[in-house]
Amino acid sequence: MTRPILQIEGLRKVFGGLVAVNDVSFSVAEGELLGLIGPNGSGKTTTMNLISGALPATAGTIRLDGSPITGLTAAAISRAGVARTFQLVRILPGMSAVENVIAGGVYSRAGRWGPEAETRARELLARVGMEGRSDLPLSAMTYIDQKRVELARALAADPRLLLLDEWLAGLNPAELQMAISLIRSIHAEGMTIIMVEHVMDAIRSLCGRCVVMNSGVRIGEGATADVLADPQVMAAYLGED
Amino acid sequence: MTRSVFIQLILLALVVLCFAALPFMTEGFYLTLAVNIALYVALCTAWTLFSGPTHLVSLATAAFFGVGIYATAIGVEYLPFPVVILLGGLAGAVFAAGVGAMTLRLSGVYFVIFTLGLAELARQLVTYFQTKIFGSIGLFVLTDHSEGDLFHYLLALIVVIFVTGWLIGRSRLGFAMRVIGNDELVARHFGIEVARSKIILFVISGAFIAMAGAIMAPRYAYVEPASAFNSTMSFLVVIMALLGGTRRLWGPLVGVVPFTIIADLISAYFPEHINIIIGLGFLLIVYLLKDGVSGILLKALGSNRLTRAQGAKP
Amino acid sequence: MTILVTGILLGGTYALIALGLTLQYGVARIMNLSNGETLVAACFAAWLLFTAGGINPLWGLLIIAPLGFIANGAIYLGLLRPLVRRASSQGMLEVDSILATFGLLFLFQGLMHLAFGGAYFNYQFLAVPFDFLGGSYALNRVTAFFAAVIIALALYLFLYRTRIGTAVRAVAVDPDAARLVAIDVGRIAAFAFALGGAITASGGVLLSTFYTFNASMGAVFVMKALIIVIMGGVGDVRGAAIAALILGVMETLVASLIDPGLTLAATYGLFIVILLFRPQGLFGGAKG
Ligand SMILES: Nc1ncnc2c1ncn2[C@@H]1O[C@H](COP(=O)(O)OP(=O)(O)OP(=O)(O)O)[C@@H](O)[C@H]1O
Ligand SMILES: [Mg+2]
Repeated sequence: MTRPILQIEGLRKVFGGLVAVNDVSFSVAEGELLGLIGPNGSGKTTTMNLISGALPATAGTIRLDGSPITGLTAAAISRAGVARTFQLVRILPGMSAVENVIAGGVYSRAGRWGPEAETRARELLARVGMEGRSDLPLSAMTYIDQKRVELARALAADPRLLLLDEWLAGLNPAELQMAISLIRSIHAEGMTIIMVEHVMDAIRSLCGRCVVMNSGVRIGEGATADVLADPQVMAAYLGED
Repeated sequence: MTRSVFIQLILLALVVLCFAALPFMTEGFYLTLAVNIALYVALCTAWTLFSGPTHLVSLATAAFFGVGIYATAIGVEYLPFPVVILLGGLAGAVFAAGVGAMTLRLSGVYFVIFTLGLAELARQLVTYFQTKIFGSIGLFVLTDHSEGDLFHYLLALIVVIFVTGWLIGRSRLGFAMRVIGNDELVARHFGIEVARSKIILFVISGAFIAMAGAIMAPRYAYVEPASAFNSTMSFLVVIMALLGGTRRLWGPLVGVVPFTIIADLISAYFPEHINIIIGLGFLLIVYLLKDGVSGILLKALGSNRLTRAQGAKP
Repeated sequence: MTILVTGILLGGTYALIALGLTLQYGVARIMNLSNGETLVAACFAAWLLFTAGGINPLWGLLIIAPLGFIANGAIYLGLLRPLVRRASSQGMLEVDSILATFGLLFLFQGLMHLAFGGAYFNYQFLAVPFDFLGGSYALNRVTAFFAAVIIALALYLFLYRTRIGTAVRAVAVDPDAARLVAIDVGRIAAFAFALGGAITASGGVLLSTFYTFNASMGAVFVMKALIIVIMGGVGDVRGAAIAALILGVMETLVASLIDPGLTLAATYGLFIVILLFRPQGLFGGAKG
């Protein structure tokens, strides 16, 4: 394993009386594609929110490339090089596709503005399969288009760590194939990715390693095939659903 | 700079020159009305710089305006008028930065409530300190500036406000404000310092409003807290700006001209009814004119070119 | 000591006004800036009943509070519900309701100004001294305080001991969850808004027994009430009551020790402290 780009230690998040993330630790190596899986409500999105700074952690530390980012604002974490997509798609409704993507790069780590930002945004849109449709308004985008734009927006930030929260959810089988190969190619270019996913086929074919959560606790970690064969993990999925 | 922008600039300069000639052609009632209109154009456009993109209803106008008046009242004896105006703007900026830093980091409700009583607070504090420290409640502003001069200063201020607004609309700050207006959470996740951006805009807006106050001070001749910090002005500005529409830089213009005339007439003939008019104005905006008059105009013209050019949320 | 007691007596009435507002804002999610006009209207109504009809304001409560309920209910159903329905987001509703209730504030203020002019009003009700712990207080203030306490307690029992009250609190905490357990959120919101109006009207009646009022003081009172609501934590009945007492004491302190012209400054001072140190309210836990 190469050096870790993300290290999480004893991460904890409490909502009122509910412990949504319970002393979770794991790390992600540079260039790795890590799967974060677990049944509904197990704390995956909350973990992503803690990494991206959407929520403050109750306890624990998160390090990005060695320096702690716990306690930083989401904006500062974005400038440090973390970008994400949202489980419930969040396109900027009053802006065109290309403006959405430009928005990803202006103030984040990329810091791109002007014609250069627009060129880059159009490149990225082409990359995610929106070639020639860069100026679509939200009202003219299908669900998969919106997901594509969100991915392009995250890529526009030139992230060192990309967080994908169920980016594959809700796609039909043909779209799924295309989406999986898109993620694979982005990863192949060296991007470090954490993906939260329920689509097991995608996890199997994309992720070398997985972390499994259940009720806020990390119940498994390791090579994907081993983890998925672990009786405890299988019990968690069967027991909850 | 593209050619069409250049042509637009020349046209604008011509319009401004025409207006600048106004004081030489008229006087008395109409000049006073023209000054009032110019004043509210400046105030509403400055207000819209902040409240348009943030959707936060600021009621701090009267407080900033009063700060500007006091800047002139105190400084004009010692310094040239233009310098005093700039200092007034600086004072307004500092005041706005303080208010913004305290409220704009929290949810918008706190901001509205805080600005709601701000003019009244300033009035109480200034009254207290003036009577305690200087032993008198008012200040004389003795200048030889005519209404015509004030009009020219206001016109210059309006030009500066418009240019600033136009530049903001094309800047990273303006773009950030659009993103914030669309989705604050996304804005924060892509590196935008939401609170800081809002505070910067509030400071710019507050500085311009205070400069308008500094310019208008000579009209008062004798300045006292109750006249300098007049809350009604804050509400008038909100209504006029919203009547005109805040999604374009020129939107407020459309609301100011008719409403100033109506408000002037009413306060001349039925001073008792001004609050009722303000009340009806607000209700009209909420229930009938969601986009302001300028929005309706644009819709009628079937054009959205200007909407896109502007910084506000479409 | 005298100052403390006077402050607490004043705070009792403030508490009612703020309770009315916190019900409207916390449950119906409408920041009702025209709430102060309900207060002023109730002052005038109590004054009319007393001077023209010789009716004791405490009996007047029985007439005016229901009127406040009906009037506020009508405002909610007629003017505000359409805004709630058309709002696509909480932020939009906020802007719309602020503007609409501003309109109502000015409209009612203007109308009352037309009817009563700008003069200050008061009337003599129980204006006799009452001695207590070595200080002397006007009996009307003491009566108003205890009446306020009784009303606030009744409200508390209603909210915490009855089915409807529980539904009201559930909507305040989480409208979506309330909807899931088959609470008719729209009806509860309308009810809470009307009830808030009635409570504020009661506050106005009590205020009028010892306070000189005029047609244009509504805005200042709604400002104070809002600050109390924020200090206590939005929708928190107990918090609002305690915050109101603090504000009452604070104002009385500043007015009697420094300058009566600085009461609003005192209110702001308190507000700023809250904003800087406890924006979630005095008693709210740190929220995520
Ligand atoms: N902001 C919040 N406030 C209170 N509770 C929350 C909040 N966010 C999440 N939770 C709770 O924390 C728990 C974990 O939620 P989380 O969204 O992290 O699960 P998840 O693993 O992403 O589930 P899913 O697969 O359904 O997306 C849930 O019980 C959820 O209700
Ligand atoms: Mg999730």
